Amino acid sequence: MSDLKITALHKYYGEVHAVKGVDLEIPAGEFTVLVGQSGCGKSTLLRTIAGLETADAGTIEIGGEVVNDHAPRDRDIAMVFQNYALYPYMKVYENIAFGLRARRTPRAEIDAKVRKAAQMLAIDHLLERYPRQLSGGQLQRVAIGRAVVRNARLYLFDEPLSNLDAQLRDEMRGEIKRLHQDLGKTMIYVTHDQIEAMTMADRIVLLREGRIEQQGAPLDLYERPATRYVAGFLGSPTMNFIDASLERGNDALNVRLCDGTSLALPMARTAKLAGREGQRVVLGVRPEHMSRALAGDTRSGLVRYEARIDLVQPTGARTYATFRMGDTEAVAELLAHDVSQPGERIGLAIDMNRVILIDPGSDAVIG
Amino acid sequence: MKAAHRNRLKLAVRLAAATLITLLFLFPIYWLFMISFKTPDEIFSYPPKWWPAQLQFSSYAVLFRDGDATTVLNSLIVAGTSTVLAMFIGTLCAYSIARFRTGGDNLANWIISQRMVPPIAVVFPIFLLYVWLGLVDTFPGLILLYTAFNLPYVIWMMRGYILDIPIALEEAALVDGYTRWQMLWKVVFPMSRAGLFATAIFTFVFAWNEFLFALVLTRTEVTTYTVQVTHYFGGQSNFWSKISAMSVLGTLPIFIIVGFMQRYLVRGFSLGAVKG
Ligand SMILES: Nc1ncnc2c1ncn2[C@@H]1O[C@H](COP(=O)(O)OP(=O)(O)OP(=O)(O)O)[C@@H](O)[C@H]1O
Ligand SMILES: [Mg+2]
Repeated sequence: MSDLKITALHKYYGEVHAVKGVDLEIPAGEFTVLVGQSGCGKSTLLRTIAGLETADAGTIEIGGEVVNDHAPRDRDIAMVFQNYALYPYMKVYENIAFGLRARRTPRAEIDAKVRKAAQMLAIDHLLERYPRQLSGGQLQRVAIGRAVVRNARLYLFDEPLSNLDAQLRDEMRGEIKRLHQDLGKTMIYVTHDQIEAMTMADRIVLLREGRIEQQGAPLDLYERPATRYVAGFLGSPTMNFIDASLERGNDALNVRLCDGTSLALPMARTAKLAGREGQRVVLGVRPEHMSRALAGDTRSGLVRYEARIDLVQPTGARTYATFRMGDTEAVAELLAHDVSQPGERIGLAIDMNRVILIDPGSDAVIG
Repeated sequence: MKAAHRNRLKLAVRLAAATLITLLFLFPIYWLFMISFKTPDEIFSYPPKWWPAQLQFSSYAVLFRDGDATTVLNSLIVAGTSTVLAMFIGTLCAYSIARFRTGGDNLANWIISQRMVPPIAVVFPIFLLYVWLGLVDTFPGLILLYTAFNLPYVIWMMRGYILDIPIALEEAALVDGYTRWQMLWKVVFPMSRAGLFATAIFTFVFAWNEFLFALVLTRTEVTTYTVQVTHYFGGQSNFWSKISAMSVLGTLPIFIIVGFMQRYLVRGFSLGAVKG
């Protein structure tokens, strides 16, 4: 059974149409990440699920029950807020116990649950402190602890890590993920950080301007994006998009760039593109699908492209090389010592098995 | 450690200045207290006597014997009850305006504008109304009036304090299983405690000091101390000790309240009370 089912949901703030017909079904126990640019309606969707905003149209079902008219407290949800939302006048213990007290839980049970959650989150030594005496990471743990003790059906997180520094964020990311594995609860997690989405999600729901652009497993979205937007949103550095056209090659189709280069597509990919010869397309190449061409590399689908490197950005294991490809700047993710300085001319091998082709009119991925 | 030395000196100068100013302001109050303990001769003696030869409690004894002191009690009842009422009703109104945008954007401004009506403009109509309603010289009459007069101030101030509470704190409580009413007690009131106390003190002080309405709307039953004091200003000058004793009685409650709530008062002021 699904824990959450949303049908044709709309939400307006006055004139602003923030959620424009969202359909979403989340199976029990799944970790779903709502991701998208700032202002795309992630928080609105989450808050409507929580009952903090009312839906203007559509239905929300939690555990098989339509909850549109239920107050937040009757929806069996727990929520972790971006700014922790801890009560400054209560000690950590009381903050964690806050939700249990609302439900008249016996004192002994509250104590047991609070201590267990605190132990799980390694904050059991902080229970007697006030929130102002804690660091950002500790505050976030307390906020998570407050949700965890609740034993709710649905856990909602609205950008809980955005106030933490990078290192702490990595750490907490793993911790939340582990918490999900231990508890097996259905969790919905909002973030605008695509790396957070990729690393944490069982399923990513990518929102764009109030609509779901695409949803699926992280690698599904990464490898088989449905639109140019999805392809560009996921991945860092972002995918390179190069204007091109399709032309008939010797035995398969070629992608012809405006600088005259022709890149041969593998046979396997041509069937889907039948009838599109001569049409304009956008070629999408991920930086990591370009490598330094090696003499005698005969793997199928690799095509050679001569590039003059304009910019070299080493990151340690990898080096980002920027160069002109067709009429745009492209970035290739090479091995550390593949290129050493700007101005160098090198041969790049593009893995044509992995590129995508986009219809420039509709921005849909066509092959 | 020259810098540390200079800082110490600075602090000393500042403390000295603060002490001087405090003494300057405290002096009239000291004088008032002393007069109430002096004999009539001492009051008018020249050069002035800084300290009575013997503390005289006779002025106070007279006040309690003649029943004048009960007017202080009347003031306490009227100011206390109207403060509690205005705070309770006003805070709920303020919450509604702040969070549910009750009355749109301008209701709060309209409400505070009500506070700007000069009392003298409405005192006569209210007197006629009260005669008709039989509320003249009754506790409910005066309490009702002071409550109504203080409501705009309470609503305006509390709205500012409530707007300062991060809304996520309220939402977290609603999600965690509290009703909105429970949440008010668990979150909104504790979060705005400093503001609540500061506002309550001002409300109380207004009602405590109010004179015009008390003069017009009371006779003998609920005379407040501010009205009572005026009865002493006749031709005879030997009422000075009585006047000062009465003034002391009228000042004490404020001293006590502010003394107890000083902590919140200072924080209440420094919080973002002024909010458009
Ligand atoms: N209370 C509100 N009143 C009016 N418009 C709002 C309100 N809250 C959000 N919006 C608008 O609704 C849209 C969606 O906002 P939302 O907060 O859901 O975005 P988001 O995806 O969570 O963005 P972010 O990543 O910045 O948090 C935005 O255009 C925003 O300006
Ligand atoms: Mg948001």
